[in-house]
Amino acid sequence: MAIVFERPKALLDVPTHYCPGCTHGIIHRLVAEVIDELGILDKTIGVAPVGCSVLAYDYFACDMYEAAHGRAPAVATGIKRAVPDSIVFTYQGDGDLAAIGTAEIVHAAARGEKITTIFVNNAIYGMTGGQMAPTTLPGQVTETSPYGRDVNTAGYPIRVSEMIATLDGAVYVERVSVDSVPNIIKAKKAIKKAFELQMQGKGFTMVEVLSICPTNWGLSPNEAIKWLRENMIPYYPLGVKKDITAGEVK
Amino acid sequence: MAKRVSLSGNEAVAFGMKQINPDVVAAFPITPSTEVPQYFSQFVANGEVDTEFVAVESEHSAMSACIGAAAAGGRVMTATASAGLALMWEMLYVGASMRLPMVLAVTNRALSGPINIHNDHSDTMGARDSGWIQLYSESAQEAYDNLIQAVKIGEHKDVQLPVMVCYDGFITSHAVENLEMLDDEDVKKFVGEKRIAPFALLGQDPVSMGPLDLPNHYFEHKRLQAEAMKNAKKVILEVAAEYEKLTGRKYGFFEEYKMEDAEVAIVVINSTAGTAKHVVDTLRAQGKKVGLIKIRVFRPFPAEELADALRNVKAVAVMDKADSFSAAGGPLFAEVRSAMYGRVDGKIVINYIYGLGGRDVTTAQIEKVYADLFNAIETGKYEVYNYLGVRE
Ligand SMILES: Cc1ncc(C[n+]2csc(CCOP(=O)(O)OP(=O)(O)O)c2C)c(N)n1
Ligand code: SF4
Ligand SMILES: [Mg+2]
Repeated sequence: MAIVFERPKALLDVPTHYCPGCTHGIIHRLVAEVIDELGILDKTIGVAPVGCSVLAYDYFACDMYEAAHGRAPAVATGIKRAVPDSIVFTYQGDGDLAAIGTAEIVHAAARGEKITTIFVNNAIYGMTGGQMAPTTLPGQVTETSPYGRDVNTAGYPIRVSEMIATLDGAVYVERVSVDSVPNIIKAKKAIKKAFELQMQGKGFTMVEVLSICPTNWGLSPNEAIKWLRENMIPYYPLGVKKDITAGEVK
Repeated sequence: MAKRVSLSGNEAVAFGMKQINPDVVAAFPITPSTEVPQYFSQFVANGEVDTEFVAVESEHSAMSACIGAAAAGGRVMTATASAGLALMWEMLYVGASMRLPMVLAVTNRALSGPINIHNDHSDTMGARDSGWIQLYSESAQEAYDNLIQAVKIGEHKDVQLPVMVCYDGFITSHAVENLEMLDDEDVKKFVGEKRIAPFALLGQDPVSMGPLDLPNHYFEHKRLQAEAMKNAKKVILEVAAEYEKLTGRKYGFFEEYKMEDAEVAIVVINSTAGTAKHVVDTLRAQGKKVGLIKIRVFRPFPAEELADALRNVKAVAVMDKADSFSAAGGPLFAEVRSAMYGRVDGKIVINYIYGLGGRDVTTAQIEKVYADLFNAIETGKYEVYNYLGVRE
């Protein structure tokens, strides 16, 4: 009998601590499938963040480093510079990347570090129990915006991919979503391309993945998927924000 | 009329902040302190306070925004823990040296690495020389009481320093206790409606704040800062006396528990004092002369008073819930032993590092510490630098 579907080798056979329905698990799987398909498990180093994915080192089979909150791109820079033929990725939430670690991501991209960032945007600080993040949508209810984010006092969400795309060191930036099967397939293609460009030594690559947090959004997983589709995608349009290889003949 | 309520330590602190009604709170969430700014942001959203609440992007910015607000003459508060406090480090020193009173509630949590969310004192012990006054709290009641007194201590004209109010993560921050809260009006009267800043941006006189200070004046400014910390000793006691009149609850630099005729004593900080008091009662019932000192004020350090309180004991064990990696003992131990030197010499003074990263400390372990002290007196043999409850 032919095996048509199996657990990626880059993902360990352990239960995760993620809440039921959380899409962190899907995103882990996509990264792991890409590592398998590119045959790079033995030279990949992942940098986990502080956030719900703090324990990612328990799930990925490659070597992992657990960074302090927000510092993953700087740590990844050091790793990649020390071992230039390694494949280095960071896996970061929106609090980690777009709040406390904004300087690190901007400068890693600006320096054109040859690393790949998987940016999981769920519009909230999940791990600490659902406080407003810089990515929280206007009007979105969180623990620290009980009547919805008020842009007069709390300002506006940051569209990180569009911002990073303005930097010359960033060679490939795409925003994807995991709310549907077609979008999951696109997400995987984007992650694979980001890794491939890193392997070609082109520069900094980032894939922003819109993700759900049913627990802190106070919604069922199904409702959360719907909320993402109806609220997040209009504010955070999907698609390629930057691709220096666009138009190149393969 | 004061009212009795059941609250967690974080709730008590958040409600205390609500009663104080500061001008600005800038904060970034971190376990186990998150609830403090979170509850507070809800008071703001409900219009129950007049505070500007800023959900900044990091603790470094939280403390920077607090400093800006205090420089502009505001009454300012925030909360953090562990790595959050560590990220504030640069700004802690700036705030203290600029003589800006602020109140920072710290739920003590172990510092990375390795990353750990549970209680020890490595965070605030690491900040012990940042120039902040440090008040420690055994319970939610003490955290609340310290918070309210902190405003008045820091803003006193002879002090003008920021104050950290420290209480144990999870153990005190999350456990619910019965405690007594003051009336809103009483708090308002106690701390005063507004902070009176002797100098501020757009204050009475033109000012530049935070300027360069080279060898011709830097030293004098540091000397004045040190003097302010000395002044704080007197002010802390004055404020405590006034608070006692209002509440009946007595606060000093430290609490002495069954010390009158004690032969041996433990010196400890925060919630472990509760466990240790229970052990003192058990051993006292067996006729053993044991006592306890719980430090409330670690900065300024009450060196003379502490030495005096230890005058009649033969042996002391200092329990540190933080290591200092000096290869010579923990931070509280170093302070206590140096306070005793030249004042009450000839005592046995030993150190136990315990509870790192939230390791539980049991009554049996504390009983062992007292037994070690009696044994040291009897045999004259003891180790100075010890670890309690660790696998070797
Ligand atoms: C210096 C520091 N400040 C604050 C924290 C507390 N903290 C832990 S996770 C987190 C937010 C994580 O949110 P995000 O990155 O969006 O990840 P998610 O949990 O949503 O996946 C915060 C603020 C910390 N660990 N270190
Ligand atoms: S809190 Fe939210 S982001 Fe974290 S595991 Fe649960 S659902 Fe996922
Ligand atoms: Mg998030």
